[in-house]
Amino acid sequence: MKLKWTLFTIMVSIAALLSGCEPLMVLDPKGPQAERLASDILLSMGIMVFIVLVVLGLLIYMLVKYRASKMPVDYEPPHIHGNAWVEAICVGVPIIIVTYLSFVSVESNYIVEAQPKGYEDKEPLVVYASSSNWKWHFSYPEENIETVNYLYLPTDRPLEFKLYSYGPITSFWIPQLAGQKYAMNAHVTTLYAAADEQGEYMGRNSNFSGEGFAKNTFNVTAMSQDDFDDWVEEVKETAEPLTESKFRKLLEPGYLGQLTYTGTHLGFSPPPSMEDMEDMEDMDMNN
Amino acid sequence: MDFFDRFAVPNPSFAIYASMVAIGLTMIATLVGLTYFKKWGYLWREWITTVDHKRIGIMYLISALVMLFRGGVDAIMMRAQLAVPENTLLNSQHYNEIFTTHGVVMILFMAMPFIMFFMNLVIPLQIGARDVAFPRLNALSFWLFFMGAMLFNISFVVGGSPDAGWTSYFPLANEFSESVGTNYYMIAIQIAGIGTLMTGINFITTIMKMRAPGMTLMKMPMFTWSSLIANVIIVFAFPVLTVLLAMGTMDRLFGTHFFTLDNGGMAMLWANIFWVWGHPEVYILILPAFGLYSEIISTFSGRNLYGYKSMVWSMVLISLLSFLVWAHHFFTMGQGAFTNSIFSVSTMIIAVPTGVKIFNWLLTLRKGKIRMTTPMLYSMLFIPLFTLGGVTGVMLAMSAADYQYHNTMFLVAHFHNVIIPGVVYAMLAGLTYYWPKMFGFMLNERIGKWTAWILSVGFLLAFIPMYITGLDGQVRRSFTYSEATGFGPLNMVSFIGAAIMGIGFVLIVYNIYYSIRYAPRNIGSDPWDARTLEWATHTPVPEYNFAIVPEVKSSEAFWDAKKHGHELFKGDLKKIHMPNNSGMPFLMSCVFFVWGFSFIFSLWIPAIIATIGIFIFMTLRSFEKDHGRYISVKEIEEIESEMRGA
Repeated sequence: MKLKWTLFTIMVSIAALLSGCEPLMVLDPKGPQAERLASDILLSMGIMVFIVLVVLGLLIYMLVKYRASKMPVDYEPPHIHGNAWVEAICVGVPIIIVTYLSFVSVESNYIVEAQPKGYEDKEPLVVYASSSNWKWHFSYPEENIETVNYLYLPTDRPLEFKLYSYGPITSFWIPQLAGQKYAMNAHVTTLYAAADEQGEYMGRNSNFSGEGFAKNTFNVTAMSQDDFDDWVEEVKETAEPLTESKFRKLLEPGYLGQLTYTGTHLGFSPPPSMEDMEDMEDMDMNN
Repeated sequence: MDFFDRFAVPNPSFAIYASMVAIGLTMIATLVGLTYFKKWGYLWREWITTVDHKRIGIMYLISALVMLFRGGVDAIMMRAQLAVPENTLLNSQHYNEIFTTHGVVMILFMAMPFIMFFMNLVIPLQIGARDVAFPRLNALSFWLFFMGAMLFNISFVVGGSPDAGWTSYFPLANEFSESVGTNYYMIAIQIAGIGTLMTGINFITTIMKMRAPGMTLMKMPMFTWSSLIANVIIVFAFPVLTVLLAMGTMDRLFGTHFFTLDNGGMAMLWANIFWVWGHPEVYILILPAFGLYSEIISTFSGRNLYGYKSMVWSMVLISLLSFLVWAHHFFTMGQGAFTNSIFSVSTMIIAVPTGVKIFNWLLTLRKGKIRMTTPMLYSMLFIPLFTLGGVTGVMLAMSAADYQYHNTMFLVAHFHNVIIPGVVYAMLAGLTYYWPKMFGFMLNERIGKWTAWILSVGFLLAFIPMYITGLDGQVRRSFTYSEATGFGPLNMVSFIGAAIMGIGFVLIVYNIYYSIRYAPRNIGSDPWDARTLEWATHTPVPEYNFAIVPEVKSSEAFWDAKKHGHELFKGDLKKIHMPNNSGMPFLMSCVFFVWGFSFIFSLWIPAIIATIGIFIFMTLRSFEKDHGRYISVKEIEEIESEMRGA
């Protein structure tokens, strides 16, 4: 009785998990990187649900069949050491599954750490995203403008985020466009992304960074290249220039709304000198 | 007054004042109670100075249960805060302190002593030894752990709790954490960690050198095997923690620049070293738990453990791999595709030996004669629930996909999904299983089974919703969320689940009370019809464990004796050499407490005095001549005949 009930509970949970999938943010990708991640997640989830069901099935079979109450009173369980074939299956099947998932995982690593698929021939838009307690500063060196706590991005163009932090380790995350990556004090990390569709997306710091962490979010708007160019023009005409003293003030711990400036902080407060760790590896090899 | 300002709590609230009052009242009640019932002498002679592994084990158990409730209250407060969007039950700072202490307390001051309890109680009995290899060191291990735990627990009423997460990543834990909270973290864990390292050395020696005649390595019971491997991991992993905490302490107190923002400090170094210790640490917890499940499942299936050799080899393999996967805790740090691929694959490989163990347990049930007792029920709930946690672990091991799971509630759901069914259920199953060995009566089976079911329902309700909200973008460690996110309903379900689990844990206490009052006492020394040596001696266990050292020819010596006429106890009684009690471990640990407290608050004069004091204790011990004592044959005969009569 109790067994059926457990089975029922677990089935309901899995069903809830799967039926809930459709609108979940991570599983509703709007860019090629996030799409790859979502398909990996669904693939592994499917295999894993299968494994759980097999284990559960075996467990229930054993418990129903070999209950003491069903056995003759004088039944003595035999002494069994093991069987080479059975153990080979117990090792072999997990190895096959793990090998397959390893291939997928390694392939995905190289996909998400490179220019998005389908965007290889286009020049990426580089955005320097730096965090300070508890806000994000976005510098567009090409356009020579800077925003705080919001991102405007063109669609149909690869995006390259250069991440670093003026404070604790943070993690730059726009779930529907790409996965997350750390922004740290001593290094610049790079996150590759692209937006296939126009729309508004949630972005945030996902790595705990102290008191204001809960509010450490930003808005992302993806728009056509024309709209993006118009916005840049408008910023250049209307926004104030970002001076060093103003930037220092922005860095002080606290909460700010959305702000817009012409010019960037990259000149007077450049990103950490040590470049990507991938580049460091190259340097080590060259020496 | 400036001097005393440092001891004030930086972010007081009603809950903190309430706990101050509660702590004060409890202390007064304890002191008055001990004096009124004239128990000071008893407490000192029988417990504080004891070097008996069974008594030290029981003290570990009491500490672990107290800490379980401390950490549990933290958990319920967190879930209550998150139950509805924009809740104001706790403010951000208070929430940050609570999730930090919840993590530290549950891992280091609840799960670790619970494991230590089982190792202390069971291993010497299971291998037919009279005590551990270094009994006084064992007492010192316990008291150092205890003082570390106490030091950590006074943090929230004296000076403020750590607030940078149980991982305490720098620079958040240094430049951005002004209270003494993180000092507590560094020093309290350091003191407890030294104790744990000593335990590791002690039990490796015990298991390697003190097994009963005939018990070769491949004839050791599975719990002893799992503990041996866990202790080897302790000896390799804990020095890493010691060094890490020393570096962190120096950064905070003496201005060094290991992990600082400027002057070449590297915060990533903290994360790396932390997890070089931190990942093996979870296997230190789970392997003895696996050992307990192996004992319980074999006993209640009435069968030998299936695939003994593959069980041993899988654990050896897990212990090696546990040191090769640490970077999977920060796939998103930007190491690049190649490094992530290596750690992704090494992590997934762990699923293979773990899977072997699951299949071995299932095959142990096959052709058995299954008795569904409370410990067995926990074990049977463990198998599917832990499998669920394990497979989500494989999902997380896919490093690219981890860019979406990292720092979300999905991760929180995963590790609770392995730790609760994996470790906590094993602790509760083992507690029920070994209770009669310790106290001579059983815990009530009906209440016990109810508890197991209630905990499991609560567990599913509490943690399954987190998998879903995690995939929907809810981050961990955030004290609140807006209504627009839509996380509200599922978090409410989660809170209800946590509350149901709370009921389950209260039922455990009720069960202990109920069983003390009503359980029958005439249960003999083998109430479960078990298979290993710890059940071959009397209950309660005499201080020397076995009057005659048993001789063993398989991993199930007691079963051989019961079913196949194997003679365990051959030969005549001889006088038994036992260690003397000593107050030194306790007093030395008290000095460690003072040392730690002084360091935390940068009180350098007491710190220096306490440091000298510690060295004085070590010197005294070096020149002390203590050859132990003998229990004469006559005394043994008296005790034995009394035990048999009882």
